[in-house]
Amino acid sequence: MNTVIDRRAFLQGSGALIVSFAFPATGGRAAAAIAAKPVDLKLVESFLAIGADGNVTVYSGKVDLGTGVRTALAQIVADELYVPFSRVSVIQGDTDLTPDQGVTYGSLSIQNGGKQLRLAAATARGALLQEAGKRFHAAPESLRIAEGIVIAPDEKRLPLQALIGPQGLRLAMDESATLKSPDDFTLVGRAVPRLDIPDKVTGRFTFMQDFKLPGMYHGRVVRPPAMGASVVKVDESSVAGIPGLVKVVRQENFLGVVATTEWAAIKAARQLDVQWSEWLGLPDERYLWEHVRNTKIVKDDVTSNTGDSARALGGAAHRLSATYDFAIHTHGSIGPSCSVAQFEGGRLTCWTASQGPHSLRKQLAAMFSLRDEQVHCIYIDGAGCYGRNGHEDAAADAALLARAANAPVRVQWMRADEHGWDPKGPPTLLDMRAGLDAGGKISAWESELYIPDGAAGFVALLGADLAGLDSLGKLSPGGVIQDLAIPYAVDNVKTTAHRLESTPFKPAWIRSPGRMQNSFANESFFDEIAAHLGVDPLDARLQYLHDARAKAVLERLDTSSGWRKRPKPDRQADTSLGRGLAFVKYELVRTYVGMVCEAEVDRRTGRIAVKKFFVTHDCGQIINPDGLRNQIEGNVVQTVSRVMHEEVRFNRSMVTSLDWASYPILQFPEVPQVVIELIDRPHEVPWGAGEPTAALVPAAISNAVYDAIGVRLRSVPFTPDKVKAAIARSAEV
Amino acid sequence: MPQYQLEVNGVGVTATVDDPAMPLLYFLRNDLGLHGPRFGCGLGQCGACTVHLDGAAIRSCIYPIGNVRGKITTLEGLGTNENPHPVQRAFIEEQAVQCGYCINGMIMQAAAFLKRTPKPTEAEVARELRPNLCRCGTHLRIIRAVLRASRT
Repeated sequence: MNTVIDRRAFLQGSGALIVSFAFPATGGRAAAAIAAKPVDLKLVESFLAIGADGNVTVYSGKVDLGTGVRTALAQIVADELYVPFSRVSVIQGDTDLTPDQGVTYGSLSIQNGGKQLRLAAATARGALLQEAGKRFHAAPESLRIAEGIVIAPDEKRLPLQALIGPQGLRLAMDESATLKSPDDFTLVGRAVPRLDIPDKVTGRFTFMQDFKLPGMYHGRVVRPPAMGASVVKVDESSVAGIPGLVKVVRQENFLGVVATTEWAAIKAARQLDVQWSEWLGLPDERYLWEHVRNTKIVKDDVTSNTGDSARALGGAAHRLSATYDFAIHTHGSIGPSCSVAQFEGGRLTCWTASQGPHSLRKQLAAMFSLRDEQVHCIYIDGAGCYGRNGHEDAAADAALLARAANAPVRVQWMRADEHGWDPKGPPTLLDMRAGLDAGGKISAWESELYIPDGAAGFVALLGADLAGLDSLGKLSPGGVIQDLAIPYAVDNVKTTAHRLESTPFKPAWIRSPGRMQNSFANESFFDEIAAHLGVDPLDARLQYLHDARAKAVLERLDTSSGWRKRPKPDRQADTSLGRGLAFVKYELVRTYVGMVCEAEVDRRTGRIAVKKFFVTHDCGQIINPDGLRNQIEGNVVQTVSRVMHEEVRFNRSMVTSLDWASYPILQFPEVPQVVIELIDRPHEVPWGAGEPTAALVPAAISNAVYDAIGVRLRSVPFTPDKVKAAIARSAEV
Repeated sequence: MPQYQLEVNGVGVTATVDDPAMPLLYFLRNDLGLHGPRFGCGLGQCGACTVHLDGAAIRSCIYPIGNVRGKITTLEGLGTNENPHPVQRAFIEEQAVQCGYCINGMIMQAAAFLKRTPKPTEAEVARELRPNLCRCGTHLRIIRAVLRASRT
């Protein structure tokens, strides 16, 4: 049963599964009944349904972005309800069917989304046991559940579904519902195989990019050759001869083509003769950091302020300072963004791989002057997005074209659309200062972060911007100031984020947004301090951490990696293997990760071979250890790619790194080994794991390079040219 | 309109297209409704579109349909959920998927490779898969899966 649900099959057929107990509706009225399904966060029925056949449907507002969280959420519910795992299916991210649990970001799907689902299951179980008690004339506490069957002390049995009355699961979520003891878990904590993998390796899986509707047209967008350019003239005769072309769509500077076949749409988009105005509004990429530093600051967010850092710094016996920068990155999804949209009966339906179907609904409603209820967004898994990539923008494009063509339209971006126009991880600059007293104690720590202004919210939809429509967007992102404050107990600390009025490209979140850049600076700079003091970087951290779980992570990392027994590299040799260490307590309130990186540096070529990582990870209760390992491996490997290779290139008009040749990412021969140690704490709450490990990779590599050759890398990406330049600079000193 | 007789996954099919330059990928996906081969770049740079032409891995996103001579096999033709190919089975056993968008290319490339090189070293697997891009960072599992398949 719990294979991945094909949504259309679901809507057409097994929709009766929900209504079978909750509504007296007949199968033929399933669609109307579905529309009435509650999505209120306070109701159990919003999250769960138990069918007459005993099958359990989970309604998750959090979506699986390729992390495997669908499986983990099913484990949580099956375990809490004492039903077989095979009976649980998950429907995710459907604004008509699933509660709005917030956008899928920030490593919160299990931490927040899973918590809500567990509570819904526990509430349902409690109520069903009460009902069973009445039927069996037994105390609810005397009953047990096995494989979805309630068993009385006298061995009388009733399946859970038989206990559901005409009111269904219309129960209020009970914050005090009794939760199953972790000691009794049979699914949580186990490496349950992922539900989606068999279909993904045989081609049976339906990705967003595979979804089709009857009578659907194919659309492609025609973007300007310069970001701020305007359409001067469109010569439609340039595409008139293309068989299958339905129409050219223009709304202000939004341009697209609609055709009966995908190839006709692609050809028409390429061939359409458009005259655009000139636009040269981007800064000179050679002076990007001067541009960032000179951008107007609209406000300061002081993220921590203890003692008097200015005074302590002024009176310090030694002062250290350094500046770190982190390049502009693209999400680089392997599958370009895609969406299908349809206007029908006064309603816009949009199939999307958006990480936030509920928030996308609001944006599309604003864009087309509809009420939220008139927009239905339905999630279908897309290629991994790692943050807010182009999926939402593709949805806006599809809707614009569908409205113009008066038919369902599928839009998939071409590679250059994706590389050129997905919102970018903004350029990030950090100035670090520390003061040391005569005894070698860190007496002051100051940091200044230069980052675009913004708050968590809507990223403007590109199609809306081009068409001159409002999509509620504003300069984002928020949250990027997290982890600027440090976990170390230093007496005088001030960490300040300067929020900038603008940034060259529309910014959005990319995996561990801000936390990665801030941890890069913090953990590298801490290593600089330890080196200056001649103290082992691990001991230095232990000295300033007063948190038992943090210390446990670092001690176990020492054991697994052999850190304290590591050999001393020969820094003058042509090639030298170094080791670097980094630590994070994510956002200072959750997941602890310690990391050691081994990297070999060739002084002659400036090439770094990142060989191996040791990761010790404590995210509290582990739901699925193999899923967790998969995430940790992905965090490491993807971030090695970002740190070693990636940098968005641009001229004064436009992104110029528009394919995989000009924006290279990591390839197989460069992949490092990853040795993972998981610390499971079944009695603690589960925290997120989709991001924290990634935050450490830049500093761990930088610190390993320092260990190897005595040179600091403070600018991502760590290209051979930068390494050679850093070696040359260090030779001058 | 030109017609082309093709054999896809063991079945003879007729492709009626107005443009022989249309890449094979669009015929497989849109006319035959196959989900295995995927559009990733349209430039032959990432490998997501990989299919077999007479057993060799080719990039269907840049392969004109008018040039196809031979038997096409897609991920669907390699094996099924009920009867997976050893490489597909190994990918399940190693849980070698994150988002899975690139996985078609990884499996098709690896299956063609293992036919030529049944017992590769880890370095040989990495070298063979070098042109196939994965963004989620599933590389370690993919290598383990290919090595596992080579042992079966």
